[in-house]
Amino acid sequence: MNIDDLRKIREKAEKDIQLRQNQARIRIVVGMGTSGIAAGAREVLKTFVDEISKQNLADVIVTQTGEKGLASQEPLIEIFEEGKPTVIYGNVDAEKTRRIIAEHIVNGNPVSEYVIETR
Amino acid sequence: MVTDLCDHIVDIVANSLRAEAKHIGIFVTEDFDTNRLSILIRDDGNGMDERTVRGVADPFFSTKMGKKIGLGVPLLKGTAEICNGEFNIKSFRGQGTEVSASFQLDHPDLPPLGNLKDTILVLLVSNPETDFTFRYSAGEKNFALDTKQMREPLGSVPLNHPKVIAFLRSYLEENL
Repeated sequence: MNIDDLRKIREKAEKDIQLRQNQARIRIVVGMGTSGIAAGAREVLKTFVDEISKQNLADVIVTQTGEKGLASQEPLIEIFEEGKPTVIYGNVDAEKTRRIIAEHIVNGNPVSEYVIETR
Repeated sequence: MVTDLCDHIVDIVANSLRAEAKHIGIFVTEDFDTNRLSILIRDDGNGMDERTVRGVADPFFSTKMGKKIGLGVPLLKGTAEICNGEFNIKSFRGQGTEVSASFQLDHPDLPPLGNLKDTILVLLVSNPETDFTFRYSAGEKNFALDTKQMREPLGSVPLNHPKVIAFLRSYLEENL
């Protein structure tokens, strides 16, 4: 496997991109400041990355940000979705992340027991 | 708790991202002859003036007024000092920042390196607009990855596309 194999991926992936027209349906932001990292945010971010790839969620992107000012409830994630309130989840771990992906990201039902704020 | 050296790397890279770096270099070297492990992170972000550079290794210093104090740099510096190593930070306004730390490789207090494969993968795909150069060497073993070389074959396909993530995962598994 080498970098040139990316050309083959490009052909397949360009079709997905035409479908989504470069518009991500959902943007997930994981708090990765010092306290987030210390609380386990790396594992949460990794779980999102793995699941996006495994389930081929081409219209979902995950990014990272610094401190969120809610350090006691880290790891924190924010879910931004066009036309819907922003949902913030706290005290997230890998298992909760998988549930959030299945119920919220894929099926559109926020997991209310993990929600700490909506905006 | 910051549990492994990858936590430190992610933490320092977070500073580079906050400084709006377009390119970030991460260099990890394990030199068994000299018994040193070294980590260097270099970015082309906003950089800092002299006063800020001096203050940044101080745990009670932060430029984010009224916000939580950033602990990434003092934590790394502390780990390097405990492990008979050295810590250095160089920065120039408008040019970027270079953070380097070294450790005695067999020091009993040296935290484990952690999972570099996962760490690099996650950094690359959660910051798809930023270019990363990553190099790892340990004795005879050498690995290098440069996202700039991936842009051309990928065309308009971003680094965070699910299929590209899958590729990167296998690529890192096989080669790193």
